Amino acid sequence: MQNIRWKMITIVAVLVVFAGVGVYPIFAARYHWPSPGWLQEKQLKLGLDLKGGVNLEMRVETDDALKLETDQESERLREELTKKGVMFTNVTTPSVTQFRIEGVPLQQEAAFREAANEVQDFDRTPGASGTYTFTMKPNIANTRRDEAVTQARETIERRINELGVTEPSIALQGTDQLLVQLPGVTDVDKAKSIMGSPGLLELKIVEQGPYSTKEQLIPGGQVPSGMEVVPGSSGSPGDTGNTSYYLVRKVAAVTGRDLRNARPSLDENNQPAVSFTLNNEGGRKFGQVTGDNIGKRLAIILDGRVQSAPNIEGRITTDGRITGSFTSEEVQNLSLILRSGALPAKLDYLSERTIGASLGADSIRSGVMASLVGLMLIVVFMLVYYKFSGINAVAALVLNLIILLGLMAYVGAVMTLPGIAGFVLTMGIGVDSNVLIFERIKEELEAGRGTRASLNAGFSRVFWTLVDTHISALISAAFLFNFGTGPIRGFAVTLALGLASNLFTAIFVSKTLFELELAGRGQGAQLSI
Amino acid sequence: MHIFKDTHYNFLRWRWHALVVSWVIILAGIVTIATKGIPKGVEFAGGTVVITEFDRPVSVEQVRTALDASGSFAGGGQNVVVQSYGDPALRQMLIRVPTSGAESGQALSKTKDTVIAALQKSNVGFKGVAGTEIVGPTVGAELTSKGLWATGLSLIAILGYLAFRFQFSFGVGAVVATVHDLLVTLAFLAFFRYDMSLNVIAAILTMTGFSTNDTIVIFDRIRENLRSMRRDSMFDVINASVNQTLGRTVISSGTALLTSLALFFFGGEVLHGFAFTMVVGIITGTYSSVFIAAAIVSFWRGTAPTRAAAHAPAGLDVPKQAPAPQQPTRKNKAQRKARAS
Repeated sequence: MQNIRWKMITIVAVLVVFAGVGVYPIFAARYHWPSPGWLQEKQLKLGLDLKGGVNLEMRVETDDALKLETDQESERLREELTKKGVMFTNVTTPSVTQFRIEGVPLQQEAAFREAANEVQDFDRTPGASGTYTFTMKPNIANTRRDEAVTQARETIERRINELGVTEPSIALQGTDQLLVQLPGVTDVDKAKSIMGSPGLLELKIVEQGPYSTKEQLIPGGQVPSGMEVVPGSSGSPGDTGNTSYYLVRKVAAVTGRDLRNARPSLDENNQPAVSFTLNNEGGRKFGQVTGDNIGKRLAIILDGRVQSAPNIEGRITTDGRITGSFTSEEVQNLSLILRSGALPAKLDYLSERTIGASLGADSIRSGVMASLVGLMLIVVFMLVYYKFSGINAVAALVLNLIILLGLMAYVGAVMTLPGIAGFVLTMGIGVDSNVLIFERIKEELEAGRGTRASLNAGFSRVFWTLVDTHISALISAAFLFNFGTGPIRGFAVTLALGLASNLFTAIFVSKTLFELELAGRGQGAQLSI
Repeated sequence: MHIFKDTHYNFLRWRWHALVVSWVIILAGIVTIATKGIPKGVEFAGGTVVITEFDRPVSVEQVRTALDASGSFAGGGQNVVVQSYGDPALRQMLIRVPTSGAESGQALSKTKDTVIAALQKSNVGFKGVAGTEIVGPTVGAELTSKGLWATGLSLIAILGYLAFRFQFSFGVGAVVATVHDLLVTLAFLAFFRYDMSLNVIAAILTMTGFSTNDTIVIFDRIRENLRSMRRDSMFDVINASVNQTLGRTVISSGTALLTSLALFFFGGEVLHGFAFTMVVGIITGTYSSVFIAAAIVSFWRGTAPTRAAAHAPAGLDVPKQAPAPQQPTRKNKAQRKARAS
């Protein structure tokens, strides 16, 4: 008797705890019952497919980051060689991890080597007629790729947080893919453009221009070394249609990395603009460059396009403004993008899923409907087939479902539509354990054994069968989890937790209920099974 | 209530017939797949799905005409699928185009924009987009290989576990039965033209778990009976075991089937393929536990006396048995004794 009392207390305690964590908050949220904050936080979370939102898979073009590194390194070496007076005919970049210096004269080889030894991240291989090929070391390349992905992820995270999305999630997939989930977001195009915008701000001194054609800018077609041609607006207010070209210094005076802040503002004509503030280091550099170049133009380049090119009228240190023909919404987004920093590489979108809130609500409705119908069918079946013992099975089943909901809420699992299917299947497959035990008890009873002995034999003989079936089902669930993303993972988690709680309810709870039924009755007690 | 009380069906007698039936279904499935292919969902095939809402009732033909009129789809829109979606009262249409924009920058959603532009231009009462799914070729290809790996590895892991818990022949029987279920389910998916989607793959993996469950229950009983029925052939042990677990097999499959049917009829559009796969999988899984898994063990071990008999202590008379005559009463007695011990 003592034993049964403790078992019952355990069961009731489990029931209360899991119902409190898993079931109560669902009703509390729906019917506005009071519930403490920590409980609400633990509430069972809904997946994107039920809540509505945007699900994006993207690839970080890590080649971009390598190309940048290669370009910078080749540029650095070129400057160094020029400074040292080493001759060469050409610098090329045949691939994203390679650059080549051509035509170094034999007599200057020693001087070349001295300069080239500074390039440590690249392997150098000499070729014919003074050609040297520099290839990025594989481990450096891998590190750069990883860094680019990590940095892209952090940048996207900052941008999403600035957008004010609640409970976003960003996960790394494989080596260079990111999965971004934005619950409650419906404007996928805006989200995409904000996340995928490079956000690269560069301030460069204009040497020539603007001209309306490239030919005017560089008559011979040869861009002077250390310079580059950038397209952009003509810089005169109101002129948005025509593209002008600027010859600017390749090395930026200041980039977006030196920004401390960026915010929407208005320009002198009351047009939307973005004001920015540089940090101390950036301000010092900017002050020096602007001080040295008074009278020239400063190109404000965003993502490779000149937005405006005002005259430098004096030394500027920390504050600046980006003007152009912006709408106020564009200005909002641009400040957000600049604040969160530049993406290290381009993003390619690989898949895009949006689920409207109404579609999600429909799914919830039909999922709940299927659950209720499934539950009803099983309850009726078990009661008809096993009579009084059916109540035992139904009690175990209901407890199983409550524990499952509670466990999911507790571990922070996400309920998805396939997860609801897993929930429904847990009912159907979960009663299997009870059926197995009950059938065995019946067999033992028919073999002429006493009620209690049959009960014990039924449970103990079936135990290992249950362990085997549950483990093999868990194996499938594990592979399913590993294979799937989002909704399918929700399904695998639901299935696995359902299996675990089923072992407890089918064996411990069910047996205790039988013991309770027989307790205090004589040896001849019969079971209704 | 007791449906199957002390039954003595000779299930293994039907093993050859079962083999033929299974092969016919599987071959028909292979032929269907070879000629018509497995329809792939957008997750695997790539492409664009737009679920659109209309503010007045609209027919599939009207939507199709609107899309055709735009002239923006290759092949005059022949490859565009239009079907009504979900509850008719919601006036939703699913439009599927086999292409998506390029996987470069933000171009992926170009096809979606084309669809929406075409509907907006026409006069069909386009209200808005309820949901979209756009998948580029990379994701689809990755998913296909991941799905195959997951299914293959999960089968190998189950074989490993069963070989560890049972004898090797049992493990093989269980896995062959599971592969059988997989093929039969694929055949039915092909017959009924269900799209291969993530949900369907999930259902297939779940179904393999369920099918092994069923097999394990029967194997467990065979293992138990091997200890008590030493004089009988494997053939008889298996038949007895299947009969003893028959009630459980039918009831468990029944309840699993009931819930799957609830999902099929009430679970909504998205879970349709999932529920269908489960229904087929549960039926074939139950059938294969008896007629494939157990049959394979019987083919493997033949009609010779069981290993337990072969290893029986000396002095016990172990005759080389011809296919044992059905003597249920004797067998039952032996079992009862065994259980009482």
